[in-house]
Amino acid sequence: MTANLISRIAEISFLGKEGHVPSALSILDIIWVIYDKIVNINLIKNRSQKRDFFILSKGHGCLAQYVVLEEKGIISKKDLNTFCKYKSNFGGHPDSRKIKGVECSTGSLGHGFPFAAGVAYGNKLLNIKSKIITLVGDGECNEGSIWETCMIASHHKLNNLICIIDKNKSTDRALKIDDLKSKFKSFGWHAVNINGHSHKEILKALNLKSKKPLAIIANTIKGKGINFMENNPEWHHKALDKVLFNKIIKKN
Amino acid sequence: MRAQLNKTVKKLFLRNKKIFLILGDIGVYGFRELLKSKRAVNIGILEQATISFASGLSKVGFIPIVHTIATFMVGRAFEQLKLDFGYNQLNGNFISVGASYDYAALGCSHHCPEDINLLKNIPNLQIIVPGNSHEFDKIFSECYMKNLPKYFRLSSEENKLQCNVKFGKGMILNQGRDVTVVAVGPVLNITHDICKKLNVNLVYFTTIRPFDKKIFKKLKVKTKKILIIEPFYFGSVIEEVLNSYKDSTIKIENISIPYKFLTNYGSKKQHDEELGFSKKKFEIKLKKLMNSKI
Repeated sequence: MTANLISRIAEISFLGKEGHVPSALSILDIIWVIYDKIVNINLIKNRSQKRDFFILSKGHGCLAQYVVLEEKGIISKKDLNTFCKYKSNFGGHPDSRKIKGVECSTGSLGHGFPFAAGVAYGNKLLNIKSKIITLVGDGECNEGSIWETCMIASHHKLNNLICIIDKNKSTDRALKIDDLKSKFKSFGWHAVNINGHSHKEILKALNLKSKKPLAIIANTIKGKGINFMENNPEWHHKALDKVLFNKIIKKN
Repeated sequence: MRAQLNKTVKKLFLRNKKIFLILGDIGVYGFRELLKSKRAVNIGILEQATISFASGLSKVGFIPIVHTIATFMVGRAFEQLKLDFGYNQLNGNFISVGASYDYAALGCSHHCPEDINLLKNIPNLQIIVPGNSHEFDKIFSECYMKNLPKYFRLSSEENKLQCNVKFGKGMILNQGRDVTVVAVGPVLNITHDICKKLNVNLVYFTTIRPFDKKIFKKLKVKTKKILIIEPFYFGSVIEEVLNSYKDSTIKIENISIPYKFLTNYGSKKQHDEELGFSKKKFEIKLKKLMNSKI
């Protein structure tokens, strides 16, 4: 499945002449497993109060969420083909007021995670047994609000909150983040390391039970699935031209 | 106004089970009873995450009331107010203390004369500057459920005059021909008596957004001279005043806090005197404008 989705991400980026493609590719497997195996799609479609929440805190990876929402029938192909056009609902960062399935408009880093903690606290208070899953980048962990939220979540025992950290090493050129597992643990979280491209490991981690909020440190490859983008900072924010797009399509 | 904040929030909190109170580690003793509820937390000193956290609560149907010191709420967490509440279009109530230089002796780190100007840059954020406790209670009770972010600026200064204010409405407190005084929030103690004695309009605002666009049309004489008095940096209502006088040549003077760091300490009253927020200095400025040519 994800091979098709990689091609679709490339296609949308090519059509819209925009996008953070490698940042989407590092989290594609994770988002696929969340929507395929964890959340109830119908509850999301119906905006049910009992729905699970997925909040993409690293909003620039939204191409991955868009193609999965499309695959799951929440958004249409026709709409998504307008990516980044003037009147499109689909921009380079997701807009909660325009897209069903997007719970929070993100883009500036360090916002979606504390938002998710608020949702988690609220749902606990309402006795709604749902999972609140948020996905942050390792670069995003430079932001102080990430660690502020870690304190809030552990103090208030938000064990319905899962934070997945996309450890694609994008922050290393600025601030080395080192051992995220011990950092989260020291903030009172349960934390595990996984291979962020193994569907089996992602699923197993998402189903872990804990009395504490859960941090899943997903070791990933930025640009995974497109050889010339993998771990290549040149491609962080760059649109595909026709030659390279065709090359990807042929491969997948 | 802080005592009134306790009374108003307590009254509504017990009545409305959707209210969620968040304190930024201030006012904790006053709210100690409410803090026994799971709908109230002393969240700590982390303003950025606090505002985003509140937006998540709002997303699932709670009505957040966030209370902390103005400069830390507005300055430090401006982007969270802008994006998590403004852009996401969520209901939230933000009640600050420490208006302008209320914390005079604590120095510039605790001053906040910029809050209103900053917040005006968030398109759908509603801005309320109550003149006293009565007005805070009335406007807050009226609008806290509205599905938009709202900022309430509480101050130590309180107008002695009690006005029958309404959310989104201005009031005409005096009518005259020479000058129109535009008074924003807690400045009536130095303006009202003097305006009453003179031939001037006195238009009073407690809500800056939404602005009462029709109020100037209700004046018997739309004067060509305007004096704006606002207890923060200049600019809270200038755009709206200019829009209301589009086809006229007008002369505008102002009494506002100057754009400089106020590095003296002392009391709020001492700063007021220095910056022109006194009856005497207001009267001098008003009479000078009355006698001036356009």
